[in-house]
Amino acid sequence: MTAGKGFPTAATAIVGAATYGIGACPGVAAIDMAAQAALLALADAGIALSEVDALYTSAPYEALGGMELAEYLGIVPRIVDCNRTGGSAFEVYVQQAALALAAGLIDCALIAYGSNPASNPPPGVGMTRQSPWEAPYKPLAPISSYALATSRHMHLYGTTRRQLAEVAVAARGWARLNPEAAARDPLTIDDVLAARMVSDPLTVRDCCLFNDGAAAVVMVRADRAADCPRPPVRILGAAHAVTHREISSMPDLTTTGAAISGAQAFAQAGLGPAEVDLAMLYDAFTITPILFLEDLGFCPKGEGGRFVADGAIAPGGRLAVNTNGGGLSCVHPGMYGLFLLVEAVRQLRGEAGERQLPHCEIAVAHGNGGVLSSQATVILGK
Amino acid sequence: MLHPEEEWRAHLAEGRFMLQRSRSTGGYVFYPRIAEPGTGADDLEWVAASGDGVVHAVTIVRKKDPADSYNVVLVDLAEGPRLMSRIDDAPPEKVVIGLPVKARILPDGERLKDLSRPLLVFVPA
Repeated sequence: MTAGKGFPTAATAIVGAATYGIGACPGVAAIDMAAQAALLALADAGIALSEVDALYTSAPYEALGGMELAEYLGIVPRIVDCNRTGGSAFEVYVQQAALALAAGLIDCALIAYGSNPASNPPPGVGMTRQSPWEAPYKPLAPISSYALATSRHMHLYGTTRRQLAEVAVAARGWARLNPEAAARDPLTIDDVLAARMVSDPLTVRDCCLFNDGAAAVVMVRADRAADCPRPPVRILGAAHAVTHREISSMPDLTTTGAAISGAQAFAQAGLGPAEVDLAMLYDAFTITPILFLEDLGFCPKGEGGRFVADGAIAPGGRLAVNTNGGGLSCVHPGMYGLFLLVEAVRQLRGEAGERQLPHCEIAVAHGNGGVLSSQATVILGK
Repeated sequence: MLHPEEEWRAHLAEGRFMLQRSRSTGGYVFYPRIAEPGTGADDLEWVAASGDGVVHAVTIVRKKDPADSYNVVLVDLAEGPRLMSRIDDAPPEKVVIGLPVKARILPDGERLKDLSRPLLVFVPA
């Protein structure tokens, strides 16, 4: 294995992918949704539930959710992980599953998630506590943390609220081509600029949705993948970096750990940003795709705002970003990372309907967790 | 062993804004911990902070009544560490990145059990 790269490039693949209950999924528990998405993904892969020997999930309201989902599904996995790197957990799971598959520790990995906070609001007590060093100042969690990073980006690089609005409008443009997306009514730059300010400089339209949704993917080794009914999507690289927990401890408010994870994942894949046809970039807030475009190398540091201007990441633009409509306009049930992967699979397979890219060979799915704290990059290819 | 948060709050309650400093590396530490981040140096001592800082990042949390809106900032301390705080005695338009600020301790009020008092805030220098 090449020193420093540390990944079994193209040795594993996603062979099943599904979403379920996007938008509103009332009357059921979150785990029902995760299980439904899991069964749909297994059916898509042509693999029986009984073959699953590794389970990766991040339950929305249950710290011991990995064991809970194994019990619910009635399987006895050799690996169960319920990691707590927020929305990036699912990109980390792809990395961990690829390593375990390539090592021969497991044969079939299931990554699943379901959450319906809109229909079934979570209890008041969450699984995280507020930092005693931040809580007394009453920041809104998590938006004020992202707003602080945004203020710094605007100060240093001249990024404007209009450029932030471009991200929201581009996401809506893609969502309008996706029948599954939750927010499909027209949205203009002026709508975003005139929206209610929540935590300067971010308005309510700079924030992702908070709705219901479930997703799942199934991974096997490349030899097995060739026998599955749908075209396999190969995992070419996957890397992770954690730089902090709270925004007051972020080393540099305008450079995320994506600069580390992205560089490593691209090196593993032997590819660069210029070869990427689809960038699925976790859009919890409009600032995040701007930061990730810079940190993953699609443009120089500080140029993200200007990069997204004039519809550049909207349908018909120079780079396809978040073609499902993203967390801003499709789905964001609390942890969004798995939906990035499912959309990448659909585009690489040519299953994306009206929003299908004419040429899609290489995709990047980049997950974000906490308050820009955890960054995980997966490179996928046909 | 140090009792980092407890000792820091005890100092604050007596009107002192303290930082930790490693005797061996000279590095300043905030928030308080049992060792310096990055080096693991556990020879930390309490030293008085200068109280001088500069606003590094700012947001305004908006309430329905604009009068109830408030700022949340990150302050770069002269000693190096960065922390979250609030700027008092300044209109919102004056709370901008680069503003020199000075620490102020808001003493215990009636709600002695409230962890938010005493509270470290900053005012324009």
